[in-house]
This record gives sequence, structure tokens and C-alpha cells, in this order.
Amino acid sequence: MTETEAWSWDHAAAVLPALVDGLWITVLATVVGMVIAAVLGLFVAVVRRSGLRVVTVPVAVLVEFVRSTPLLVQLVFANLVFTQFPSLAIGCVVLGVHYATYMSEVYRAGIDAVPRGQWEAAVALDLPRRRTWTAVVLPQAIRNTLPGLGNYAISMFKETPFLFAIGVVEMYTAAQQYGGNNFRYIEAITMVGLLFLLVSYPTSLLVRRLENRLA
Amino acid sequence: MPETATTPAIQFQGVGKRFGDNVVLDGLDFSVAAGDRVTLIGPSGSGKTTILRLLMTLEEANDGLILVDGQPYTHEIRGGKRVAIPEKRRSLVRRRVGMVFQQFNLFPNMTVLENIIEAPIHVLGVPRAEAVATAEDLLDKVGLADKRDARTTQLSGGQQQRVAIARALAMEPEILLLDEVTSALDPELVADVLAVLRNIAETTDITMLIVTHEMQFAREVSNRVLMFDGGKIIEEAHPEEIFTSPKNERTQEFLRAVL
Ligand SMILES: Nc1ncnc2c1ncn2[C@@H]1O[C@H](COP(=O)(O)OP(=O)(O)OP(=O)(O)O)[C@@H](O)[C@H]1O
Ligand SMILES: [Mg+2]
Repeated sequence: MTETEAWSWDHAAAVLPALVDGLWITVLATVVGMVIAAVLGLFVAVVRRSGLRVVTVPVAVLVEFVRSTPLLVQLVFANLVFTQFPSLAIGCVVLGVHYATYMSEVYRAGIDAVPRGQWEAAVALDLPRRRTWTAVVLPQAIRNTLPGLGNYAISMFKETPFLFAIGVVEMYTAAQQYGGNNFRYIEAITMVGLLFLLVSYPTSLLVRRLENRLA
Repeated sequence: MPETATTPAIQFQGVGKRFGDNVVLDGLDFSVAAGDRVTLIGPSGSGKTTILRLLMTLEEANDGLILVDGQPYTHEIRGGKRVAIPEKRRSLVRRRVGMVFQQFNLFPNMTVLENIIEAPIHVLGVPRAEAVATAEDLLDKVGLADKRDARTTQLSGGQQQRVAIARALAMEPEILLLDEVTSALDPELVADVLAVLRNIAETTDITMLIVTHEMQFAREVSNRVLMFDGGKIIEEAHPEEIFTSPKNERTQEFLRAVL
């Protein structure tokens, strides 16, 4: 392995096992983060529609706070405060909470897109409020939100390199470590980019197909 | 309990309804006897739909009382003041009132059968098997037995409306509200829906309050027509009478325009 080459296939091959290990962490963080975002986002959307000011106001303030501060700062801050938890867990939760604020808007739009007639039919049948939400409104609203959920999942996936800042060895961190140990960064970083592309692009094609099917 | 044979199924006592500055109903009084099939007619924007929506608690009256079977429904007088009746108590009356909408409003995330059994199971607590059996009978009655497991979006407008009627009937309502139930349908689909409604009128004693601009429908199904204008009932009569020899000048004018 000579150091003068602009590109070394040897380095590209050597870094790969570490990157694949990192990819699993990246995927894990995205999946767990997205589950948190999907559930918490739905909760926020439904609570904000309740019209009860004692809950809607604090929730609105929290949402605004999370949205107005950078993800990177939130990660580092949470990692400093909750030292008793593993960084990976903190990373997943922060990603989830951050994206929950965006997902809540997607749900909100999905809920608003359910025609008034659906609510009115539920009243005419005297369905209880809770049943109206779970059996009538949410099944229709969530169908509308699936593409948005997919797009945010891709977006979250691409933001996982921020976990570098709290020492989670995901793909990007693995590349940085390889670069530092071998004084060769270009292959490692290029391969990271390629792996991201390899996952993101097919996923976005899938999301687009879903969008077309639901349209 | 004032549940005698003479207690009207529906009573409006001085009911007022405004939307902002727009006074739609102003001290409206009328009643519908149990088992009556009453058609409301009147110019567009006169408040016919509003009356049905008040009865379904989709709108809230600003004044007056609405009684069902002689009992206060949405508001009552307590200590000389008009106070809203809590949701829990309203709900018990509301489940005896059914409504069929112009736009059907079936739940598209459910099959035809699921639409019909949803409320009997989750509101009345009917066992599932029993609810399914009732729903199948009703589907048979509206001529859609073979559509039991279809998605509602796969049905024609006329079929959807017949499912909506079956869905309302599954709650075994005492009062059925019908708001322009055929106006969103292609002309060739209207007859089937009307046949179903005529059948209900003939075979049940459900009190029906109908809003329609189809005077033929009013004639065939109802036994009383209320002409509604300017927030008031200005004439009421048997359909034959009102359609052949209306007394009020406004009624004459209105019927000349629509007949
Ligand atoms: N949600 C609402 N907000 C504001 N105004 C309303 C609302 N609903 C009805 N109105 C107004 O109340 C009046 C009565 O409306 P309504 O729908 O009851 O009339 P209608 O007799 O059913 O008319 P049509 O024959 O056209 O259906 C109209 O002037 C209408 O614009
Ligand atoms: Mg109307």
C-alpha cells in the first residue's frame, strides 16, 4: 500500500468490513429512531388537535424548541446530560424526538385530509371519540402519511453521521477511525458515500412508487 | 315520563341558529309525530339542512330547545336558564337518531359489511355474530347481498347510498334523517335508492324527516310536507294537498319553480 496513489483499491477493500459493521448501527439507529418518531409524532399530532389548551400549549412550545435547535447540538447536549445511558440509545432517542416534530406535521396534514363527512358520519352513528380516531380517522390519515414517513426515514438515515459527535461507531465514524489509523481518508469516505447511496436510492424509489400507488 | 302516544318524536321549541350575522333559524317551532314521514321543502339556503344537522348534533343551536320523545336533547331549562346537556346524555338520544348524507360518507377503510356492523358492535354492544347476521339481512333488503365484502370505493354512487341506508338502519333508529340522499346520484341510479326508502316507509314505523328537491319522492314516501322559508314553517299539509293546491303564495311560487 503506497501512500502516493490518489486512489487505492486496497484501502477501499480493507475499510469495507468496518463500514459494513457501521452500516448495521446506522440502520439500527434509523429504524429505532423512526419508530420513536412515528409513534411520538402521532401522539403529538392527536394531542395538538384535542383543543385542550393545557396540553396543546406546552406541546407546541416543546415542538418549536426541538425544531429551532440543531440536531447536532441536541445530540451532544443529551449525551452530556444523560451520561448513565449508552450513546447509541441516546442517539436513537434524540433522532426520534427530533423527527417526531416533523412527523407530527405529516400526520396533521394526513388528519386534515380526512373529509369532514367522515367525522360527521361517525357522530351520526354515535361512535365514541376514541373509536372514531382509531377505526375511522387514523387508518385513513396514516395511509396518507406513508410517503412522508418514508421520506423522513431516508432523511434521518442520511443524518446519522451526526452520531459521530457522541462517539457512536456508525458508518461515518468507522470511516473516520480507519482514516485516522491508516492516514488514508479518501477511500473510506468515498465508500461511505457509496454505501449511503446504495441504501437511500432504492428506498427513495420504493417511496416514490408508494406515493404513486396512493395518489 | 311523558311517553304517551301523543308525545311527538321531534319537537323544536323556539330554536334559533345563526352563523355569524346570518340568522338561519329564528324561533323555529315545529313537531313531528312518531311514525310520521315528513318532507321539508323550501328554497336553497333556507336552513333545511341546518335543521337536520341540529338534530344530529352536528350543529349547536343558539336558542331554544330540541326534544326527542318529549325529552330535552341538546339543552334543557334548569333554574330558569338554558344549559347544555352533557355529551354522555346527548349520546344516549343520538344513538336513536340516524342520518343518511348526500355524499354517503361511508368509511373507505372498511368493507361494506364492516361499515354496517361498526356502530352496532361498538356503540350498542351487539355481539359480532348477531351484528353480522343483521347486516346481512339489511344488505339483502337493499339489494346488495353480493357486495358484503366489497370495498366501498368499488361501488357505484347508488350502491354506496344503499349501503349508507343499511348502515343507518343497523342502529335500529327511531328517527331517520335524510338530506338530499339522491342528489349526488346519476339519474339512472336514483330509482333503486328511492325503492329502498319506499320499502322502509312501508315496512317500518321509523319516523322520517326528509329534505329533498325531488317532489315525486316527497309525494311517494311522506305523509306530510312542511314548506320552510325565511326561518319559519309557512305551510304544512298532506303532499297531495300541498302539491295540488298550495295555500301560501310563497309555496305556490316555490312549487311553480321546481315542479
Ligand atoms: N357551517 C356553516 N357556516 C356558515 N354558514 C352556514 C354553515 N352552514 C350553513 N350555513 C348557511 O346557513 C344557511 C342555511 O343553510 P342550509 O344548508 O341549512 O340550507 P338548505 O335549506 O339546506 O339549502 P339547500 O337547499 O341549498 O341545501 C345558508 O345561508 C348557509 O350559507
Ligand atoms: Mg341542504
